[in-house]
Amino acid sequence: MKFCVCIKQVPDVAANVQTGRMVLNAYDASAVEAALALTEAHGGEVHLVLIGPDMAKETIRKALAMGAHEATHLVTTAALDSHAVSRLLAAHFSEAEYDVILTGKQSQDTDAGLAGGMLAEHLGCAYATNAVGLDLEGDSTVVVTRQGDAGQEILALQAPCLVTCSNDMNDPRIPSLKGIMASKKKPLHEREVTPEAGRTELHSTYAPPGREPGIKIEGEPTEQAGELVRLLQDEAGVL
Amino acid sequence: MKTLLVVAALQDGRLKRSTFEVIARTREVAREIGGDVAAVVLHPAARDVAPELMAHGASRVHVVEDPVFDRHLNGPVVDALAAVISEIGPRLVVAPSTESFKDVMGALAARLGAGALPDVSEFGLEGDQVVAVRPVMAAKMMARVSSAEPLVIVSVRSGSYEASRSAVEGEVVPVSFSTRADAPCPVLRDILTAGGGEVDLSEARVVVAAGRGVRDEAGRDLVLELARITGAAIGASRAVVETGLFPATAQIGQTGKVVSPDLYFAIGISGAIQHVAGMVNSRVIVAINKDPDAPIFEYATYGIVGDAFKVLPPLIAAIKAQEGR
Repeated sequence: MKFCVCIKQVPDVAANVQTGRMVLNAYDASAVEAALALTEAHGGEVHLVLIGPDMAKETIRKALAMGAHEATHLVTTAALDSHAVSRLLAAHFSEAEYDVILTGKQSQDTDAGLAGGMLAEHLGCAYATNAVGLDLEGDSTVVVTRQGDAGQEILALQAPCLVTCSNDMNDPRIPSLKGIMASKKKPLHEREVTPEAGRTELHSTYAPPGREPGIKIEGEPTEQAGELVRLLQDEAGVL
Repeated sequence: MKTLLVVAALQDGRLKRSTFEVIARTREVAREIGGDVAAVVLHPAARDVAPELMAHGASRVHVVEDPVFDRHLNGPVVDALAAVISEIGPRLVVAPSTESFKDVMGALAARLGAGALPDVSEFGLEGDQVVAVRPVMAAKMMARVSSAEPLVIVSVRSGSYEASRSAVEGEVVPVSFSTRADAPCPVLRDILTAGGGEVDLSEARVVVAAGRGVRDEAGRDLVLELARITGAAIGASRAVVETGLFPATAQIGQTGKVVSPDLYFAIGISGAIQHVAGMVNSRVIVAINKDPDAPIFEYATYGIVGDAFKVLPPLIAAIKAQEGR
């Protein structure tokens, strides 16, 4: 099967101090890992597609170093909303061959989680979101375990289809030195793209209002427990 | 008159609290623009919940009653919502940000050519713009966003608004629906649930959440007992879910559930940013952790530096003594 994984370069939100360091979106890393694990077990290829500026090439190289075979870089410096991203990807996939498109369930900077479903709709293919498990059955059936509201939903999709992945699915591999060396020789196609207008606008970002400083309860465990119960009842009124 | 449409969220045939939160805010926005509030319910027995939606201000309740809506499946939900929305032509579609709605929001927006503002904590109408505030960067930052599309879909994080009643005379509008045989859609084989009878995490007033400091079965038993006597739902950090002590459905955080209860107990949770993103809007946060430098204390209303195994037994005893439970 041919897997195409849509990846994104994002700021490292896990860092306690914002360093401006850019990384492979953690959810996309799980999608790459899932594609690699399935092709190692069942055969096939893993292609990557990334939309972003020149500096995002570093992220493509990382995913190639993990083991993906080939990549396409759709180059633009424009700020894109989910709609604009999904249209660019839809145009890309109208010409690319694929059996299964994988991507992260959201990107860790905006946490929007829309582009996957939008892309599936543009392509007219079946899709599943928030996958925590992924397997293949026969030649063309993808079995997805999806974390839903009522529990884990087991879904069967016929290729071609699209699945968005949770990072709870696996632990993405760290590229080996050999993988890093090999990635430099792998095909990386580059194309300038002009996105269409988005349907939403981002105006500003600001730090959320901080919480009031809390109370540290001192003493022996029994005293601490008694004082906590008193505060929860008398001061906070929540017990 | 402009209509604002609320997509009801149900669990086990009952409306979720987040539906009432969303409808309360939608009512306010409708009043500001002189519009009205309608609701849509997808469920085999959808009309059963119509009276309760009218009691919260929905003047029309569109009911799509088909057996396929007994369990969530994205294809039919997108088809049904797209048909109802096209028929009504609302200015704004508002839904609680459940996993089920997250599953359909992108496809629905693409099909309808709508603007989409997901997982917001505030929303409103300003002139011809739908405006909203949403947490980004793992909830470390808030973003002001907007859409000027004639149709906009907004999903709202639970706990963003207070639920309130405001009864209106309403009517039930049945909508006919048939699944398209040719539509691309997954086949739902099964749903694995952790077991019934538990308090729903995303709706709970009290949450007791366990982290790595709850090391073993004995620790888990203490957490379960605290949850039992406080009527709490049980949550967990990703780290402790990975040990297998708690199910994946209990995971709270950026990748798990987002909760905003009145009272949140963080037991042995260090407070990694990904976890905090899922609980920072809780009203009162109690942190119990033996590491005085754990980041969770920055968010705690009440902090106890101590080992959960030493603090929980007297805490459970003290609560029981207070309430005779």
